[in-house]
Amino acid sequence: MLVKQISVFLENKSGRLAEVTGILGDNNIDISALSIADTTDFGILRLIVNKPEDAERVLKDNGFTVSCTNVIAIAVVDKPGGLSAALKALDKAAIGIEYMYAFVGKTTNEALVILRVEEPDKAITELNKNDIRVLTAETVYGL
Amino acid sequence: MFWAKEQECIQRDDLKNLQLLRLKETITRVYNHVPFYKKRLDSVGLSPEKISSLEDLKEIPFTTKDDIREHYPYGLFAEPMKKIVRIHASSGTTGKPTVVGYTKNDLNTWSELVARVIVAAGGNENDIAQVAFGYGLFTGAFGLHYGLEKIGATVVPTSSGNTEKQIMLMKDFETTLLVSTPSYALYMAEVAQEMGIKKCDLKLRLGLFGAEGSTEEMRNELEQRWGIIATENYGMSELIGPGVSGECMVKNGMHIAEDHFIPEIIDPETGKVLDWGEKGELVITTITKEGFPLLRYRTKDITWLNNDPCNCGRTLARMAKVQGRSDDMLIIKGVNVFPSQIESVLIGTEHIGPHYQMIVRKKGYVDTLEVLVELTDGRMLEKFSELENLERTIKHKLYTVLGLDAKVKLVEPKTIQRSTGKARRVIDLRN
Repeated sequence: MLVKQISVFLENKSGRLAEVTGILGDNNIDISALSIADTTDFGILRLIVNKPEDAERVLKDNGFTVSCTNVIAIAVVDKPGGLSAALKALDKAAIGIEYMYAFVGKTTNEALVILRVEEPDKAITELNKNDIRVLTAETVYGL
Repeated sequence: MFWAKEQECIQRDDLKNLQLLRLKETITRVYNHVPFYKKRLDSVGLSPEKISSLEDLKEIPFTTKDDIREHYPYGLFAEPMKKIVRIHASSGTTGKPTVVGYTKNDLNTWSELVARVIVAAGGNENDIAQVAFGYGLFTGAFGLHYGLEKIGATVVPTSSGNTEKQIMLMKDFETTLLVSTPSYALYMAEVAQEMGIKKCDLKLRLGLFGAEGSTEEMRNELEQRWGIIATENYGMSELIGPGVSGECMVKNGMHIAEDHFIPEIIDPETGKVLDWGEKGELVITTITKEGFPLLRYRTKDITWLNNDPCNCGRTLARMAKVQGRSDDMLIIKGVNVFPSQIESVLIGTEHIGPHYQMIVRKKGYVDTLEVLVELTDGRMLEKFSELENLERTIKHKLYTVLGLDAKVKLVEPKTIQRSTGKARRVIDLRN
């Protein structure tokens, strides 16, 4: 159920994001979701792509500092309180969230959210118990 | 191993007699052939016949790089041009280059001195030696080239640049000895890694690094990355080029060819001669050169001297690794900063690459120092706090060494400019 996420270190200067997405495009890699967290000097770009291993390799080959980690993708009902149910389930199980971001899929009236937690397997169990839909890697890569 | 054991292990008393004899010859030579020196010596009431001991050296005025520039190009040559068989010049990053001339005897002396350095470092006739210094007016490449030929090694004069090809040749030619600047050797190691070439694919065993200062941390990094013994040698075109001093296998200071050069250490501010062991600016008097002798040349290099017996058996004094150049020294917020101090902090710090750059700016009346380092470890990307901690750790280490607050900026790999010659570490934007 775990989804591979690519993180890329970027300096805050113009053209860096275009460079990364260009390299991915040239290698026929499709981006499903992305998020950027930044300070004044640098940012970390997080990406969900259809071919994570390829993406990691081509970005490394192009000199970027890159890592690949496991995250969880969930779908919550797109109505007030939808996300809260999922987060409460994790909180009850004392699972901390490192970071999360929502993204837009081409489906349904569900909201899609990426979660990075310390204990992903335990988190999935808890989410399942609480009837939160956890997306498979294949589903997410295909979005 | 010795190239010239008799000279390298000379009794110190015999050395002093030889130095005095040669000093007198040199002073006679320049007094009679170089108007500049005659005027300088006359101005302090000295003439060749008044030199009776090595102590008299202290009375002679210093010669500086500006003096050489003012007599550009041939004004300080002590032999007519028909006797000069070679010209070299400094890189001359600022203003006119400093030009030096060699007679046939000078070229021979040069080869001999570099041969000593190579053999002291562990080189021998079986070595296949790749000279990755730029050939040209710069003395580094030719000096090592002659020395290596002298000892019978196989010389591969690749010159600098074209790094991937260098590495291909290194592998195919089974190079055992590398000559380059330390920063270029580091860059080559990086490129070799990218090319998928491992230490075990290469026969490299020994590095002779010079032409720019480096730290003990840099040496460790080079030894570990290449799987070699890394040695350092020292020289400058004004003095003769490489061959002035070099490390023996003990790797604890560079033995100076004192039978050809008289070293002194002075306080760079006052010009006062300091004792053995005290740190200051190296001043060198050449005592065998014909074409371009120099009296009390201020090298601007900061080091100290040691004439304790060395385990290798050489009696020639050693100079410590150059701690910085008095003109490399930055004064930031009133604090003296040498790039080498920053290097010693950064090399060996986890998660970052070995390349760095310092940018000095002025904000209003206040100097600021920014240090750029490349983040190379992807594992740091999971938590923002880890990156912030890394910046903080480096900042703290710098503060401990410099006593100065520096801004640390993490940058992407390969964005700090690589050099195939001498690295440009400092960008001073204050003026």
